[in-house]
Amino acid sequence: MTHMFKSGIFNFAPIPPGSVANMSRRFVLKGFVAAGTLVVGTSFLPGKGRADWATGAALMPGGTKNNPHLFIAIDPSGEVTIIANREEMGTGIKTSLPMVVADEMEADWSRVHVQQATGDNEKWGNQDTDGSRSVRHWVQPMRQCGAAMRMMLEQAAATRWGVELSSVKAENHRVVNLATGEIAGYGELAAAASALPMPPVEALQLKNPRDFRYIGTGSIQIVDLYDITVGKAVYGIDAKMPGMKFAVIARPPVVGGKLVSYDATETLKVPGVEQVVVVPGATWPLKFRPLGGVAVIARNTGSAIKGREQLKIVWDDGPNASYDSVAFRSQMEASAGQPGLVVRDDGDAEGALKSAARVISATYYIPHLAHASMEPPTATAHVTNGTCVAYVPAQYPGGCHDDLAAVLGIPASNVTVNLTLLGGAFGRKCNWDFALEAALLSKATGVPIKVVWTREDDLQHDSYHTVSVERIDAGVDTNGRVVAWRHRSVAPSLWSTFDGSQVHEHPIELGMGFVDNPFDIPNLRCENPACAAHVRIGWFRSVSNIPHAFAIQSFVAELAAATGRDPRDMLLELIGPDRVLDPTKFRGVTNFWNYGDPVSTYPIETGRLRRVTEIVAEQIGWGRTLPKGHGLGIAAHRSFLSYIATAVEVAVDDKGNITIPRVDTAVDCGFYINPERIRSQVEGAAVQGTALAKNSEITFKNGRAQQSNFDGYLLARINEVPLNVNVHIVPADWNVPSSGLGEPPLPPFAPALCNAVFAATGKRIRSLPIGNQLAT
Amino acid sequence: MVTLRVNGQDYTYDGDPSVPLLWVLRDELGLTGTKFGCGIGLCGACTVHLDGAALRSCLLEVGQVGGKEVVTIEGLSPDGNHPVQVAWRETSAPQCGYCHAGQIMQASALLASTPKPTQEQILAAMDGNICRCGCYQRINEAINLASAGV
Ligand code: FES
Ligand code: FES
Repeated sequence: MTHMFKSGIFNFAPIPPGSVANMSRRFVLKGFVAAGTLVVGTSFLPGKGRADWATGAALMPGGTKNNPHLFIAIDPSGEVTIIANREEMGTGIKTSLPMVVADEMEADWSRVHVQQATGDNEKWGNQDTDGSRSVRHWVQPMRQCGAAMRMMLEQAAATRWGVELSSVKAENHRVVNLATGEIAGYGELAAAASALPMPPVEALQLKNPRDFRYIGTGSIQIVDLYDITVGKAVYGIDAKMPGMKFAVIARPPVVGGKLVSYDATETLKVPGVEQVVVVPGATWPLKFRPLGGVAVIARNTGSAIKGREQLKIVWDDGPNASYDSVAFRSQMEASAGQPGLVVRDDGDAEGALKSAARVISATYYIPHLAHASMEPPTATAHVTNGTCVAYVPAQYPGGCHDDLAAVLGIPASNVTVNLTLLGGAFGRKCNWDFALEAALLSKATGVPIKVVWTREDDLQHDSYHTVSVERIDAGVDTNGRVVAWRHRSVAPSLWSTFDGSQVHEHPIELGMGFVDNPFDIPNLRCENPACAAHVRIGWFRSVSNIPHAFAIQSFVAELAAATGRDPRDMLLELIGPDRVLDPTKFRGVTNFWNYGDPVSTYPIETGRLRRVTEIVAEQIGWGRTLPKGHGLGIAAHRSFLSYIATAVEVAVDDKGNITIPRVDTAVDCGFYINPERIRSQVEGAAVQGTALAKNSEITFKNGRAQQSNFDGYLLARINEVPLNVNVHIVPADWNVPSSGLGEPPLPPFAPALCNAVFAATGKRIRSLPIGNQLAT
Repeated sequence: MVTLRVNGQDYTYDGDPSVPLLWVLRDELGLTGTKFGCGIGLCGACTVHLDGAALRSCLLEVGQVGGKEVVTIEGLSPDGNHPVQVAWRETSAPQCGYCHAGQIMQASALLASTPKPTQEQILAAMDGNICRCGCYQRINEAINLASAGV
């Protein structure tokens, strides 16, 4: 029998074999800055159980939880199960947070099983796996949870032996009686420990970090690793329900369009096709509601796709029918040439530009991007008798859960959202439209339905990364010093998805590397001319940091070139002396958004940005003599409260083909728990960065996305990406609050690459993707 | 009626023989290790072995497979310890992991025909397999490791 802690977590499916991870020493210390060379601080305060730094976690739906009764179960044999409440989409978080619990409770990781929570913010605390906030919001509650469990096990042992709590010590899956040497295993103590209440947070004793077994070591592999390599890992697209049918949907080719009529005669003749059902579409702004259309339901997805090809549909294209990327770019460029809403206004930038010895200007463009997670949007649902059971690869399980209840018109308590692995997401699976589609189709047909988006569906109906024009004008004095900086950002806002009248960037977008520009420039003005959206705009890994960082970090190198300076020196001069900045105090900045966390915990520390810049410059050998056609570029950017710099070595051949022999990225994300997964995130960002810098673009004509698969929307393949990516992590102990890591490595990559291209060729890339701009 | 031999087991499928093998494996036989990524041969997520050759199951009509031996990721090794699988774990290659069934099937076919591939041969064999998370550095490392004998 298993001792059921209060939540009764064993109501879930049993843990599949193979989910217990093996240790690997392969990555320990590989590629890290040697410990001790860059220690940020040393004032660890052992014994504190309360929150050591304030976060915005309590403002998230469901807040945080730290109760071991909720997250931990111990079997009499000693097997420990820990709940992962966040979702796994490739960052390793499903492993890393349970690993924190295990370390604090002195569990032996080889006896730990990790179980995915269901989607339920109220029960598990906030599960919105986005915004690079899983570690920074959850490392403290998870340490508390593990410490409480350890102390409860110690208390159970002390009671058993009739000794003081101070006479016993938990150690690697057992409790030792320090006086007698007696030992009790966690399994033996489970029943008594589970009957104890959680100790108050003030009484918790956190481990001294020098006693960590797993945290910070990089020695724990992801729990799904074995299953992934043998094809047993279960993603959203792999969910199975008895009697399940398979659906694909023909959606309006122009977003916001409507179904007028359809003829399914030929479709219903296709072997394997069983039904054709209309999916009602939402009205603009669409929020996360379905786009609507006509669903073909068949015995397998292949038959459904063949059936869909035979549908004859008349659409009303609606208000976005004339959206055209070329024309829209011209409009945005015109807007960037005009004054816009002032969103930051330090000093007198206009006056300083007028009186400057020289004004340097540049305009940058980044197109719409599609997420293109390898697992497309997909969900499986069964709606019956006023209940709904769904399997969803969801980044926002709580919102998905509540919206399922709303569209089905049933109580939220009648909805179960089971969470699968996500086959990549990058922000796309924040939007749960696909889960609602599956549920509505199941309700209409009475059978479990799996909806799969084909790649064409995914690329043509995404919630796209915004399109943007960024213009910067800088005034330089006679000594080459930058005295004025005016940055105009023009981009449709993500918030148009929720509010059709939103034509300015939301404070959340403005706060992503735009109004929080840390440069040491006395006259600094940010403007945001209006721009309306004509497609769904969604979160795309690192979001508005992509265009903002691309413009700012490219422009620094342009200023260096224009004034005869070294780009690294120019960047360091603009970062300026080490300062601690509070952007809420910048003139003209209102409703400043600090990634949802308090500025008091996470101010802008320019010394940290300087340091990562210096690390990558040194590591890549800045200033060394390079072979012909090679160049070095550098960029640094704070995002999601972390400080990242990247230096890229590029080689451009006579025909203009790019190769990337080397990348160095330095990461300062405060207290970190899994350096091995930090490294994999940075490696991945170098690949995604290569894709968005070189290849990827979604364009629109007559409101329709012009790319439909990986022949038109180009990603990055193994033969063009940097295979030599060196990751340098700034060591930080518990007194440096944890900050984000999933997204931050991406924004500096493209500007560093394009700065390297300039160094190699003298050609400045201001418009992404590079495509054939370098072709000779 | 189509008869199939997959991972050493015989199956029959009574549906449309022009449906791609991918969907029959996944939706009819429940072998969901083989993944869908693009449906038109551009990403490699659906890679299986057909009589030992790595092929895209999204491009193969199930009726064409006939008496040939299909091996999917589930059947690559009885204990999951094919040298490529071991090397994949040794390098912690996956991020989300979704593309890796296809990557492993592609890499294992490469090593079966070319046990000691050059770097160029590895890149040429693997450039049809997309990984959106960006695990290419470790995929490359894993293949080198497997070819060296783990
Ligand atoms: S799904 Fe077959 S190659 Fe992409
Ligand atoms: S690991 Fe996510 S697509 Fe390859």
